[in-house]
Amino acid sequence: MYNRRGLLLGAAALGLSGCKVLDGANEKDSALRGVFESVSNLTYRAQRLLGGGHTLAPEYTEADIRQGQRPNGSVDPDGEDYLTLSQSGFAGYGLTVTGLVERPLTIPLAGLKAMPSRTQITRHDCVEGWSCIAKWTGVPLSAVLNEARPKTTARFAVFHCYDVLERSLSGEVKYYESIDLIDAYHPQTILAYGLNGADLPVANGAPLRLRVERQLGYKMAKYVHTIELVDSFATYGLGKGSYWADRGYEWYAGI
Amino acid sequence: MPETDKGPLIYRQSRWTRATHWVWAVCLFFLMLTGLQIFNAFPSLHIGAESGFDYDNAILEIGARQGTDENLVGFTRVFGLEIETTGLLGVSGPDQDVQAFPAALTIPSNRSLATGRVIHFFFAWVLVGTLAIWAVASALNGHLRTLVPTLADLRGLPQDVADHARLRFHHTRNYNVLQKLAYASVLFVALPLMILTGLSMSPSFNAVAPWLLDLFGGRQTARTIHFLMMVGLIGFFVVHMVMILAAGPINELRSILTGWYRIDPEKGGDDV
Repeated sequence: MYNRRGLLLGAAALGLSGCKVLDGANEKDSALRGVFESVSNLTYRAQRLLGGGHTLAPEYTEADIRQGQRPNGSVDPDGEDYLTLSQSGFAGYGLTVTGLVERPLTIPLAGLKAMPSRTQITRHDCVEGWSCIAKWTGVPLSAVLNEARPKTTARFAVFHCYDVLERSLSGEVKYYESIDLIDAYHPQTILAYGLNGADLPVANGAPLRLRVERQLGYKMAKYVHTIELVDSFATYGLGKGSYWADRGYEWYAGI
Repeated sequence: MPETDKGPLIYRQSRWTRATHWVWAVCLFFLMLTGLQIFNAFPSLHIGAESGFDYDNAILEIGARQGTDENLVGFTRVFGLEIETTGLLGVSGPDQDVQAFPAALTIPSNRSLATGRVIHFFFAWVLVGTLAIWAVASALNGHLRTLVPTLADLRGLPQDVADHARLRFHHTRNYNVLQKLAYASVLFVALPLMILTGLSMSPSFNAVAPWLLDLFGGRQTARTIHFLMMVGLIGFFVVHMVMILAAGPINELRSILTGWYRIDPEKGGDDV
């Protein structure tokens, strides 16, 4: 009885103190946030359990493409290295695959385009809430990884990008992302160089961006220059495996 | 009034019903306010698979624009009809915050999509878990049956509507038909729709159950339904509070806190 009354009083107090009541959860390492984040693992496991390895994201038809792909996040990288490449139409670009692989390699853009390609019309879902349907053409990530032959100890693919998100006294913070090898070998996971029948525009990640169709947009790193196979991403950025995961978003962005 | 004029106390709500009721109340409170935080990241609702940027498939937009003077003007556009909502929607607060729903209605109170999502998913799990426990317990203890209107109930519907309109409440062992319809539509329609449209917004769940997307008419329509169900649940909450106050708040609160409910004294059989 008293517990129930306490609960009711607690609920009333929450209402009275307005919506600042959970502001403590903003603090990354707070106990309160820890409580809420404790279910993130449950969310992840539920998605893996239901989705298994290779269920396919829905694909759409040409008729469903009614607008250009909306660019978001970095749309115009201004790093010296990137500008040099873009001014020459990315002729000097090469994708480096390194880390826990038997055969580290660098594949020029023309080489990637010469590999078997996959074209898919899919829906891009931003964590903000919007969706946009577009046609993506690229090389399956699995094909690139097969060339490099990941070692058995490899668990994640880390994508290093050209775009700089923050500049401060302590240096530049560049975009990075990571996915596990289940998603890396998913048939719809491609390194896209084409969008809606044309070359991938700079605003959408030229010359090469990732598509991971069962996750939200921020997982699909743009301006990728290096893929590093690792057994842990703890030493990158703030250790959560992605620029946005370091800033409080879920590493596995399936919802 | 002599004690004998009071009807008897009956044990009306099982501990399962009472406990889950309060857990839901807390969950829905936080789900709504974190939901508004999430909505603020993209404050418009669309129909179809995608959000129209180069074309218009929005049914609701909340935004801000420069007014004729220095001040910002908040606006809300519903089906193309625009109204000024400065101070409440679009632009609000002492600092003229440019955000759809005001800080007073979001959790956390600052702009943080990441934190809003973490808390939203936490309470979504609690809600789903509690609903599952409630469904099993209520199937076993017979509570589910009490929520489904019978044919006799439905025949009495016009009378019940008339009674409610005159604020003439009968306190009986069973729910009246309007109560049954209200509770059943929340528990069997609104909350399941909330969960399913929420899941339909998940790209990973779309790969598991693409038919669900088709059922709702696309991800953005699912998002719109999710929002409209929230509005519906607020409507339920308001009516729920008014009815409790009108029907006798002490008795109603006692029954949902302790289970014991005082029914009207027997009077020649016209009770139910």
